[in-house]
Amino acid sequence: MALKAKAFKYGDDINTDYIISGKYKFKSNDMAAMSVHAMEELDPRYYEKVSPEGGFLVAGTNFGMGSSREQAPLVLIGSNTKAVLAKTFARIFYRNAINTGLPVVECDTDLIADGDELSLDLEAGVLKNLTQGTDIPFAPLPPVMAQLLADGGLVEHFKKHGGFAV
Amino acid sequence: MSTIPGKTIAEKIFSAHSGTDAYAGDIVVADVDFVMGQDGTTPLAIRALENMGVDEVFDPARVAVVMDHSSPSPIEGVSALHTMMREFGKKTGAKVYDVGCGVCHQLIPEAGHVVPGDLMVGCDSHTCTYGAVNVFSTGVGSTDGAAAMASGKLWFKVPDTMKVTYTGELRPGVFSKDLILALAGKIGADGATYMALEFHGPVIDALSVDARMTISNMAIEVGAKAGLMRADAKTLAWYEGRGDRAPQPVDPDADAVYASELVLDASAVGPQVAKPHAVDNVSPIEEVAGTPIAQGYIGTCTNGRLEDLEIAASILRGRKVHPDVRLIIAPASKQILLDAMEAGYIRDLVEAGAVMVSPGCGPCVGTHNGVPSDGENVISTANRNFKGRMGNSNAFIYLGSPAAVAASVIEGVITDPRQYFKGGE
Repeated sequence: MALKAKAFKYGDDINTDYIISGKYKFKSNDMAAMSVHAMEELDPRYYEKVSPEGGFLVAGTNFGMGSSREQAPLVLIGSNTKAVLAKTFARIFYRNAINTGLPVVECDTDLIADGDELSLDLEAGVLKNLTQGTDIPFAPLPPVMAQLLADGGLVEHFKKHGGFAV
Repeated sequence: MSTIPGKTIAEKIFSAHSGTDAYAGDIVVADVDFVMGQDGTTPLAIRALENMGVDEVFDPARVAVVMDHSSPSPIEGVSALHTMMREFGKKTGAKVYDVGCGVCHQLIPEAGHVVPGDLMVGCDSHTCTYGAVNVFSTGVGSTDGAAAMASGKLWFKVPDTMKVTYTGELRPGVFSKDLILALAGKIGADGATYMALEFHGPVIDALSVDARMTISNMAIEVGAKAGLMRADAKTLAWYEGRGDRAPQPVDPDADAVYASELVLDASAVGPQVAKPHAVDNVSPIEEVAGTPIAQGYIGTCTNGRLEDLEIAASILRGRKVHPDVRLIIAPASKQILLDAMEAGYIRDLVEAGAVMVSPGCGPCVGTHNGVPSDGENVISTANRNFKGRMGNSNAFIYLGSPAAVAASVIEGVITDPRQYFKGGE
């Protein structure tokens, strides 16, 4: 199934402190309340802009660098972010995103402008920039991650298989 | 002549823990020797375990949870999360380090929970710290941590390794913090993404275990998965009396294959500072000397160890913190606090004007213990200076060594610490 939404574009080296600040994330386990602060350090209006219709967060290199906080992908999901598209990702964020069910796509994001309408079909491996009328190629997930995502994340994988079956 | 390629430390540890002949790029499911979580990440791991339908951990002696990031609790929300962690410990038998014990990354090696040759994961990005004692340790999220707590296993991609060799020797007034900041400045925040770092050379050999941990701690700041060092006589001496498992040191093969190699001349490195708002925004301290500061912070998993307090005390002894500056100090563990009291460092620091806060993360993550005001500059021994990191988006954080912080809080401006060291400039 293809996800369709608008691109919200930011820069390189976006760290997890910017995705969700420490001053919020240590306070509670309530992701819905925390999600209104998603990306606040970079764009205080992120939640307001993205949550009503959903959106793709588009970035440059090293997205999700820094802290291991899993609240980062969770508040992006909570703010109706459909997927994160970046040139490269930091390692821990990438794993956390798959584990929590937030799609992440490594691609050339220079081919996307802020506000472009995108369509992403992960199963088919197709990313379209509908505004510019272009196809954007991307590498498939490593098989182990594709399996975890297909099972619905790591928790569901464990429930289904009783442990790692990769 | 052998045609079988040699292995890096990472490849050897993953081979031993997965029962495979592992090389960089392989995906393995490996046994982990220890799993750790802290108060910002454990609550989500507990929730993930509940969602998995798991109500015990694979081995209670191999799991610990630490209240360090927001500790003692500043607000009722955190109090509830701490209660949840204590109940988890009671239910599963996992070790609980309650408020005031210290920073997870000091406690785990200090207690001997990990030993050289181990593979461990922690729900905190600075878990890479124990690379300094020859442990492949890496940060993971809460769900990965929960899977490891439940099964004693986790899947990994065996990383490529970048070999970093420090040649020459450290000059007076220059410390391991300056070496790792210089590396961050050189290769950038994504210079080693997905890779392990292996640190070698006479400069590393000459460092204490405390000082080595500062370097491995910041491996994540260049994107690395681990910051590994060999276990030498110093490492093994450090482990005497710690824990009940014997170290199994792992050396790289002489013909190990490295993805890249970097040689840095430590003799050419002076005191370094990371400027706001990025850890790789590094310059020699001379370039920012004179910048006014309102607060100094000495502590954290990077630089809150006994040697760090000793260096700060040696500079501040008999001197005073500038009247316009607050100096906050958080020892990395209760044991370090006790040792620093015994050695007289705490008296020196408090008499100079320092404010002591509980062993733990202190004001590093912006939850308590010294949130800066709008427009203020802070110089800190921590590992991150992102905007908002200390709880105020309108403050500016500079990172340096404990000596740089101590010298700066006396003058009230960022100050080169070399004047306090014989042979310094």
